[in-house]
Amino acid sequence: MKKSLSERLAILSDAAKYDASCASSGSTRRDSAKTGGLGSTTGNGICHAYTPDGRCISLLKILLTNFCVYDCAYCINRSSSNVERARFTPDEVIWLTLEFYRRNCIEGLFLSSGIIQSSDHTMEQLVQVARDLRLKHGFRGYIHLKTIPDASPKLLEEAGLYADRLSINVEMPTETGLKDYAPEKDAGGIRRAMGDMRLKIDAAKEKTHTGRRAARFSPGGQSTQMIIGADAATDRDVLASSSGLYGSYGLRRVYYSAFSPIPDASAILPVRSPPLQREHRLYQADWLFRFYGFEFGELTATRPGGMLDLEIDPKLAWALDNRAQFPVDLNRSSKEMLLRVPGLGVKTVQALLMARRHRAIRLEDLARLNVSIKKVRPFVKAVGWSPARLTDRQDLRTLFLPAPQQMSLL
Amino acid sequence: MAVVITLADTSEFDPWRQNARAALQRNIPPEHIVWRLQGKDADLFSRAETTSFEGEIRREIRLKASSLPVLKDVLCHSSPERFALAYRLLWRLQDDPALLSIPTDPDVGQARRMVQQVRRAAHKMTAFVRFREQDPTEGGRRRFLSWFEPDHHVLEKVSSFFAKRFADMDWLILTPRGSISWDGSTLNCSFTPCEKQALEDDVERLWQTYYASTFNPARVRTKAMRNEMPRRYWKNLPEAALIPQLVAEAEKRVAEMAAREALPPPKFHQAVQDRQRARVLREQTPGGLAELADDIRACRACPLHCHATQAVVGEGAETAKVMIVGEQPGDQEDLAGRPFVGPAGQLLMGCFQEAGIARESLYLTNAVKHFRFTTSGRRRIHQTPGIEHIAACQPWLKQEIALVKPRLIVSLGATALRAVSGPSDRLRDIRGTLRHRKDKGWSHLCLAHPSWILRLGSTEQAEQERQAMIAGLRQIQSVL
Repeated sequence: MKKSLSERLAILSDAAKYDASCASSGSTRRDSAKTGGLGSTTGNGICHAYTPDGRCISLLKILLTNFCVYDCAYCINRSSSNVERARFTPDEVIWLTLEFYRRNCIEGLFLSSGIIQSSDHTMEQLVQVARDLRLKHGFRGYIHLKTIPDASPKLLEEAGLYADRLSINVEMPTETGLKDYAPEKDAGGIRRAMGDMRLKIDAAKEKTHTGRRAARFSPGGQSTQMIIGADAATDRDVLASSSGLYGSYGLRRVYYSAFSPIPDASAILPVRSPPLQREHRLYQADWLFRFYGFEFGELTATRPGGMLDLEIDPKLAWALDNRAQFPVDLNRSSKEMLLRVPGLGVKTVQALLMARRHRAIRLEDLARLNVSIKKVRPFVKAVGWSPARLTDRQDLRTLFLPAPQQMSLL
Repeated sequence: MAVVITLADTSEFDPWRQNARAALQRNIPPEHIVWRLQGKDADLFSRAETTSFEGEIRREIRLKASSLPVLKDVLCHSSPERFALAYRLLWRLQDDPALLSIPTDPDVGQARRMVQQVRRAAHKMTAFVRFREQDPTEGGRRRFLSWFEPDHHVLEKVSSFFAKRFADMDWLILTPRGSISWDGSTLNCSFTPCEKQALEDDVERLWQTYYASTFNPARVRTKAMRNEMPRRYWKNLPEAALIPQLVAEAEKRVAEMAAREALPPPKFHQAVQDRQRARVLREQTPGGLAELADDIRACRACPLHCHATQAVVGEGAETAKVMIVGEQPGDQEDLAGRPFVGPAGQLLMGCFQEAGIARESLYLTNAVKHFRFTTSGRRRIHQTPGIEHIAACQPWLKQEIALVKPRLIVSLGATALRAVSGPSDRLRDIRGTLRHRKDKGWSHLCLAHPSWILRLGSTEQAEQERQAMIAGLRQIQSVL
């Protein structure tokens, strides 16, 4: 008996939820004011709801089908899994997207699929949904398509024309990891596809010599995801991989997904709760790279075993290991150095730079900018404040740790 | 004697503006004005009398255009303090026009906090409004209704967002602070408080299904959820009704997942695996350069393959008489998988054209097949390949030479020179001279690398070197 729409929605959204990406940002701004149609993108995404796992819902994230010919160990949809299978027709996906969108539940669609028949066949189905949404229904919301590495270039071009963002998951931080866990996937093929997409994205941004605009291609760029904690890769491996991905392919985002146990799991996988804290620290490191001018290598250079400190954040850990660079003078130091002070964020640094053109900064001023004085105190100098020997104290790290808790006797 | 000004509890800018303007023109300092909300109890501590603004105008008002949005946003805040704070800022801005760029000032700090709260409330409204469908209009346009309780007076701020997004349907958003509506042509905003209206919508059940199934019970982090979706919004979100049950059952679901015994794979798994294996067997590679290319792509002889996108193999006919050997693929070559397509390659192609040589008559390749680089932020910085990388790639170059059997090999730069003729020659001694290598069966022409000419910039020397390069390349014609 055919499953109802609701049953299939449950199966195919459950199957898609292990993809962390849900961003709806970074695309061109557009709206329906002039066309009288439906949908807009504002540049910054909107998270319309949050689930109790702390993740946001911005896009309707579903698979077209969870049948798959691949047998990747970490994946709930691998061919050897006994998970319930289902498929949507392209029209059903379109209907769900439009109806949820009209009720202001989502920013758009994130569509992926298991590989059925061939790469081209699967990609063709994904492109059809995006094409119909744009051309038949005049939908101007956000579309994120998952790309299949060895699909034909023509399909990829069409996907880039309709989608705001394209992505391919590298899945594992290292090539050997991928070989062990996803034997049918080819790390080289994934990298080639990402390189190809980068060239197309860059080309679409440039005008031709006659001044004509090139055809649209994924204006929101590309992103990828790595699974953390399934294989033996250290944080240093993970971040080295990120560094290469950002540098080589101009990715907008690299997502780190703590491996979480899946129903009917493969026997080669660890059965334990997902390393959420580790994932959190990796995201913090990623932030430090993207917005604070840190290099990934700096963050893990002094870490034993190449793992980030789980108890304190990577910026604080870096500062504690590089105390020769502190204290930083709030009134004189460069923006680059201020960004390296634990406790000062990008906005605070901007505010400080603005304020110090008019007035000298005192330590108390930081409180007005919602900065934790306790955290920055050992690392900064200001009018009326010098940390003196505090910066070099042996036990400085312990001052930042959460208070120890007495274990219960029973 | 204090002046009392009473204003309605809305985000309207004009009433405040008129009063503030009149007061400031008459030089009334902030501490002499009491701002009150209409309909609220009188201020107990000041027995002030209402004064109308008479008296002469003593002062001209100046305000930077960039300061206005801040005042407007402050006035959208729900705090009764907002009018006084906005006036105090306006007053101080007359003497200190840069005041708003001093976030450490207490007034500015408070204004920034209020502006931030207002913008957040507006953002949350665009996120958490949920429309429910009503019967369509007579004209057949679809109609939607929503009840929402915003934190501050943000209706006017967000109205254009909804109008631009939901242009093809009628909608109405009711709130305790007023309402906004759209009928396809006009956007209406009213400050009359509204009552909640109950309405059913079947699609909401599908939305709840989606919400429940996209939740991962193995990673419960309710604090992160509550930070972004505070409890006060829950009552108007259909999906929030599921939260308590989802959280309560999460632990049990994970335990069940772990306890379940591994089942044998489903029947179609074996069939799928067999089909995949058969496909791999069918895809056999032919011999010659194509087979060599496959071998090069699979090369793991040195660590360069770890970070490069792909091995860039040679390009050109197996019958080419001239082989051009460059250093290594650059950023563009690495992404595209073809040699000499980046800036240095384009310069070289220009030189070929001026020397009258077609790209098609050549075999183009590199001494090292993978791109060696370091990253700096989001850029890849080229690094010259080391001796070990040249050595690791040497067998590939030898095989290419053996297959193509060129009459002439042109090496570009020191790396290529080393790969082609070993470590004994120095670039500067033999640049530009055509030497016949009897022992090898081909002639050798050594030239500078085009990227070196690029690095000289647009100097006179660069043009000289380019001409030298063209002159060197003309020597190729004798072979073709």
